[in-house]
Amino acid sequence: MELLRIQQIEKYYGSKSSLTKAIDDISFTVEKGEFVAIMGASGSGKTTLLNCISTIDRVTAGHIFLEDEDITKLRGKALNRFRRDNLGFIFQDFNLLDTLTAYENIALALSIQKKPAKEIDAAVRKVAEQLDIADVLEKYPYQMSGGQKQRVASARAIVTGPKLVLADEPTGALDSKSAKLLLERFRYLNKECGATIMMVTHDSFTASYASRVIFIKDGKIFNSITRGDNTRKQFFDKIIDVVTLLGGDMSDAL
Amino acid sequence: MLFKLSLSNVRRSMRDYAIYFFTLMIGVSVFYVFNAIGGQAAALRMSDSQYEMIQVLDTVISGTSVFVAGVLGLLIVYASRFLMKRRSREFALYMTLGMSKRKISAILLVETVIIGIGSLFIGLLIGIGISQLMSAVVANMFEVDMSSYKFTVSGGAIVKTIVYFAVIYLVAMAFNSFVVTRMKLINLMQSGKRSEQIKLKSPVLCVIVFIAAAVILGLCYYQVGWNSRNITRTAAIANIAAGSAATFLVFWSVSGMLLRVFMLMKNTYHKNLNAFTFRQLSSKVNTMVFSMTVICIMLFVTICTLSSAFSIRNSMNNNLDELCPVDCEIVLSYDTEKPMQYADIQEMYTANGYDITEDFSDYVNFTDYGDTGFTFKDSLGEYYDEVARQYSFLIYDAPEQIVKLSDYNALMELYGRKTYTLADDEYILFCNFTTMKNIRNKGLETDSTHTIFGHTLDSKYPTCQDGFIDISTEHINAGLFVVPDSVVDEGAAHEEYFIGEYASKDKEAAEETVSDKFDAVQRAAADSSDNESNITGIFTTTKLEIKEAAVGLGAIVAFLGLYIGLVFLIACGAILALKELSDSVDSIGRYEMLRKIGADENDISRSLFRQTGIFFLLPLIVAAIHSVFGMKYLIFFLEVFGTENIGSSVGLTLSTLLLIYGGYFLVTYFSSKSIIKGRR
Repeated sequence: MELLRIQQIEKYYGSKSSLTKAIDDISFTVEKGEFVAIMGASGSGKTTLLNCISTIDRVTAGHIFLEDEDITKLRGKALNRFRRDNLGFIFQDFNLLDTLTAYENIALALSIQKKPAKEIDAAVRKVAEQLDIADVLEKYPYQMSGGQKQRVASARAIVTGPKLVLADEPTGALDSKSAKLLLERFRYLNKECGATIMMVTHDSFTASYASRVIFIKDGKIFNSITRGDNTRKQFFDKIIDVVTLLGGDMSDAL
Repeated sequence: MLFKLSLSNVRRSMRDYAIYFFTLMIGVSVFYVFNAIGGQAAALRMSDSQYEMIQVLDTVISGTSVFVAGVLGLLIVYASRFLMKRRSREFALYMTLGMSKRKISAILLVETVIIGIGSLFIGLLIGIGISQLMSAVVANMFEVDMSSYKFTVSGGAIVKTIVYFAVIYLVAMAFNSFVVTRMKLINLMQSGKRSEQIKLKSPVLCVIVFIAAAVILGLCYYQVGWNSRNITRTAAIANIAAGSAATFLVFWSVSGMLLRVFMLMKNTYHKNLNAFTFRQLSSKVNTMVFSMTVICIMLFVTICTLSSAFSIRNSMNNNLDELCPVDCEIVLSYDTEKPMQYADIQEMYTANGYDITEDFSDYVNFTDYGDTGFTFKDSLGEYYDEVARQYSFLIYDAPEQIVKLSDYNALMELYGRKTYTLADDEYILFCNFTTMKNIRNKGLETDSTHTIFGHTLDSKYPTCQDGFIDISTEHINAGLFVVPDSVVDEGAAHEEYFIGEYASKDKEAAEETVSDKFDAVQRAAADSSDNESNITGIFTTTKLEIKEAAVGLGAIVAFLGLYIGLVFLIACGAILALKELSDSVDSIGRYEMLRKIGADENDISRSLFRQTGIFFLLPLIVAAIHSVFGMKYLIFFLEVFGTENIGSSVGLTLSTLLLIYGGYFLVTYFSSKSIIKGRR
């Protein structure tokens, strides 16, 4: 079933004299239960694309539909409400509230939705189990490792049961072991819990955990490959091939 | 080059500097306004008798100014610390570019000088403006004639302000340089990203400390509230010290305890942004326990001084109407052992070729009496022992003042007050000095039957009645017995009174005539051979004199109250505002994140409102509780002036407080809101 439909969106920056097309006519769809990775070099427009989908930024032209609702038409308070009820966010720098414990950080996402307190506890414990962070729930962010922090952030993103989870370079600030652990969890959430995940990355290894990879170059879709029945290793090799094709910019991102 | 950089820095970070500049400016202007009071008051009141009062006022304000300068100095150092923190990234950039710490210090120095000179200049201009306004306020407050008023600028106050603030700025600069030398590049670069370490205090310890603090405060409250009569100066200071320490402990324990309590209330804690709000608040209070204590005590002092100042001012004016109903009182005291030279005061004037009555439209001339067999001690009866133990400083063997009923009623008709009737075996006791009234009421309760001039009389009323003879501004009638005319032994005359209203509409001219005559009569009395005269003294009191003295005393108290109160209020508001704003700056990321995960803008505003509100309210609440007992203590001293309108004084204080403190709160809230507003 189609969850997200992106229709010929464009995003321009700057004035008439020096116009930058960050996104130049991009269209694609995401099915429910998909795990999509968007790859591209720095400045290719991938984060702009994610910001437009997450309603943090506004498109210059085109439409974005989430389950037939045109989110480019939302304004003001409706935007916050839309994000609150439909989306889950994971950021490169975790974005946890440092004054709150892990438990409270996760619970906050639910209390913002005005969920009753007695439902909150069960939901937090369940998601903590899924992300393997049950033992750090009472700790503060400064007491946790980067990997733990990112998993707490992920827990916060999915605890509300969002239709779409958006991750911006989630492994960007993690060491390779933590990154792998996190990506395993992402796959678990995707496969076992049916979460639809859209992830922006410039790292081929990270992208190889997705079921589909969309390559972006200079604001346009350059290529798109699906994993199908390939193993992760084979898919990784295919990604590397495209990256090589994309040119020197990305060759350092192996 | 450095100067250019500093100048552009100031211009660029105008918004940050605004708070700093604003605080400095207010400080400078308040400082000037009060130090210029001497000059201002001189412009208002020219009479010689006032000049001394003004000099006293000037001296007292000078002394207080040293203390005020200390408070402002601390405030400015605090404000510059806030600014330095805001600019960590900028300093980091300078350092990575290879600028030495000394150069950074130099940049800061030049910036401080620019800001300092600017704020001093503008502050002085505003101060000169406000001080003119202040004169009008003073004139209005004390019903002083403004017609002789001129626009004045006090050179002395300007020099003083400049010198004091120069010293304060130097201290701030030294402090800045010190901070710069201790800066570490790594910390500067990571500032804003580095998260605070949160340590929850042990709840058991918090509860124990809280109970201990409550007990100490309770003892202090009891001491000042119910035992105020026995407090010595050292005990009072000890009480204030203990109270301050206990206040510190209260904030220390409450900051740890409140959060715990809220965390237990799961339904509330996990509602909307409550968890976030409480956490933010508790970390704020936690890092500010000491400042909170200082603010709380300053608010306490503010409330007490402002209330007292307003109360004294109100009482003075009210008392003048009530207790000084006529223009002039002349008192003649006799030595009853000696032969009479003049029959009465009128004859004394006539002998010198004057007619005392011609200057008065209405007057009463009478004598009071004293029975050596009826002293204060006698009037107390069996209650004496207990009173003597408690009030060892009172004089007990002086004869009580006795007045005939007809004389008293005649005087009361002149005063426009209530007249009385008496049976042959009755007397009435009049008293309006609260402490004495309480003693005398107890005395009447114990034993109301007394022997006066050989007659046994009983009190007509079970308590003292409100009344007086002498005109004054204060409730100082400590006791007056009014008896039936037939009781009095004419030979026991004590003092003769001549009390009246000037005939002329021009009171000042009338006063001059009356006082010229009085001087002449007095001189003649002194010149005539001393041994012959039975007159031991002759005194006058006039409404105009009383009014002038009231302005002097009232002005000193009210000014000091206003000065300290206002400075403290501004300091409190500024410290809280700066802390809240710097916290908002530090929390921009947090609010950004709340928005990203979809928190309602309304919820975010509400959370901010609660944080700011509770942060401002907490010290105010504790200070208010302190003040209830502090005022109870002060009322003991204010009794002389009359405490019947203490309620309206407290009301006026609260409005002033609400205006300034509330103003700071609103400005802080809206500035914080704009700081954390999304960039879009």
